[in-house]
Amino acid sequence: MTTLTELHIGDSLHSIELAPVTRLDLIKYAGASGDFNPIHTIDEEAKNAGLPGIIAHGMWTMGNLAKLFSNLYEIGFIEEYKIRFKGMVFLNDVITLQADLNEKNGNRYFFNVAATNQSGKEAISGEVIFKTY
Amino acid sequence: MFNESIGKRSNPVKNIVERGAVKKFALSIGDPHPIFIDEETGRQSRYGTNIAPPTFPRVFDFGTIESLNLPNKGLIHGEQVYRYNRPLKVGEEITCYTEVKDYYEKKGKQGEMGFLAFENYGTDANGEIVFTAEQLVIINETIRRMVMSK
Repeated sequence: MTTLTELHIGDSLHSIELAPVTRLDLIKYAGASGDFNPIHTIDEEAKNAGLPGIIAHGMWTMGNLAKLFSNLYEIGFIEEYKIRFKGMVFLNDVITLQADLNEKNGNRYFFNVAATNQSGKEAISGEVIFKTY
Repeated sequence: MFNESIGKRSNPVKNIVERGAVKKFALSIGDPHPIFIDEETGRQSRYGTNIAPPTFPRVFDFGTIESLNLPNKGLIHGEQVYRYNRPLKVGEEITCYTEVKDYYEKKGKQGEMGFLAFENYGTDANGEIVFTAEQLVIINETIRRMVMSK
């Protein structure tokens, strides 16, 4: 729990490599989020939309990325979470989640965050401002 | 056509941060941290109860904006921002509504793209804002023509 305050600029939170993306992951997210856009779950619909196959919900990846901070809720919370959706996530992609401390200002910690695929290409990236109590 | 929607708001809708929904959501993003799903951990935490992950408002109903007809296919989610004054607590009632903040068009590789910016709001039982969320939706030319021809 003290790890956050010991972080220096340029340090990272422990990165996480997700298991390869499965259709079931996306079906579960569709059900849990209520986002039933079929390009995320049904091959034919994805192909009709001009995609090579189904793609993950951008919000699934954004949801996953926030877990880098889940151990820290006793000392603070995510005040701002800003994401730009940059690239598509396909089935079997292996996504790595990362957060690097970019700046500290009083009780606010500014992180650059990103989820990248197995080729090192960013699927999403942005910023987290974590505010401690 | 989307220009006319700028400034329009939905009717507020009451949403409950429901325990089962939070658990299902946390599991679906691979984040079953006890602060979200274990009652005892929640009780002993500084919040006195479980909280919801920051992207949980994806679940909420923000109401519909009259005269704004968006297709449910073919839209691209460009950007998303959440701003919190505090985390969402399991069991609380959040009143949600959305507003069209902006609309603009830009020429891109795939023709003229439309950019529709929403601001979503969530307020608690005291009327205090718990979170706001910006959402940028990109609409391609084909979809815009479909909407216009309606």
